[in-house]
Amino acid sequence: MIFVTIGTQAPFDRFIKIIDEIAPSINDEIVAQVYKCSFVPKNIKVVDFLPPDEFNKLFDSAKLIISHAGMGTILSALQKNKPIIIFPRISALGEHRNEHQLATAQKLKELGYVYVAMDEEELKNYITQKDLVPLHIIGSKASHSLIESIEDFVG
Amino acid sequence: MGKRKILAVASIGGHWVQLLRISKSLEEKYDVVYLSTHPKCSKMVEGNKYYLIQDFSRWDAWKLIPSLFRNFYIILKERPDAIITTGAAPGLVCLFAGKLLFRKTIWIDSIANVQHLSASGRMASKFATRVYTQWKDLSDKKILFAGNVLGEL
Repeated sequence: MIFVTIGTQAPFDRFIKIIDEIAPSINDEIVAQVYKCSFVPKNIKVVDFLPPDEFNKLFDSAKLIISHAGMGTILSALQKNKPIIIFPRISALGEHRNEHQLATAQKLKELGYVYVAMDEEELKNYITQKDLVPLHIIGSKASHSLIESIEDFVG
Repeated sequence: MGKRKILAVASIGGHWVQLLRISKSLEEKYDVVYLSTHPKCSKMVEGNKYYLIQDFSRWDAWKLIPSLFRNFYIILKERPDAIITTGAAPGLVCLFAGKLLFRKTIWIDSIANVQHLSASGRMASKFATRVYTQWKDLSDKKILFAGNVLGEL
């Protein structure tokens, strides 16, 4: 199963539409968590807002994650050792309040931590690749130095 | 004397995921009380006290007033030594309430802000007792860098 998520802040029709168009050429089942999307997909299963526990269940059973460039999903994928393709929201198209997702995606691409797709073609190329492996793994906690710094300050 | 107490605050989503990656380590030393914007978030911090607060963005700022009072109530009841948040707007309001009640206030700007501090982070930097960025190149004398939620330096 491939799990697609757009977060809980705003719709992302352009992205869901592309996924829906690619779906018939993919063998795996695709489940998408959407939010207030006006576009109705024909080829994929969609679910509305998911509470964290149910979200995690779907996330854990997926073999591939495809999402907007939201850090919650990205951190979860890196920690759970799942390959993830991110497709940033573009503020100029009304998909977010500012262009930080483009910047996040660019930075994570430079670091080589995730697959970044900017358009339908790139997304399709990644999804149809057979052996998409996780590019980077992280632990469950923030930097020790950050924790120490906070502890020193709090006392 | 009991453990010192920290209020840990974040909106549901990426902010909450980032907060937990920090606060879970703090739980070893402190009594951590959580505030977030969805009832189910409490399931991820079982064993800790949890308060639900209202979600809003900077664009529906009228919710700020009731939210401020709710935060006053929680802070006066819990009497934390420090308040820590990874954002977004609800965390900023809690931090502000904490500042007015003379608590230590810590803003950790989301790792999603790679080019400049978030708008909420810039506001927090006007009053919070400590502000962190998660990217070294965004740090200066006032905006500190000590690591990030990825666990890397």
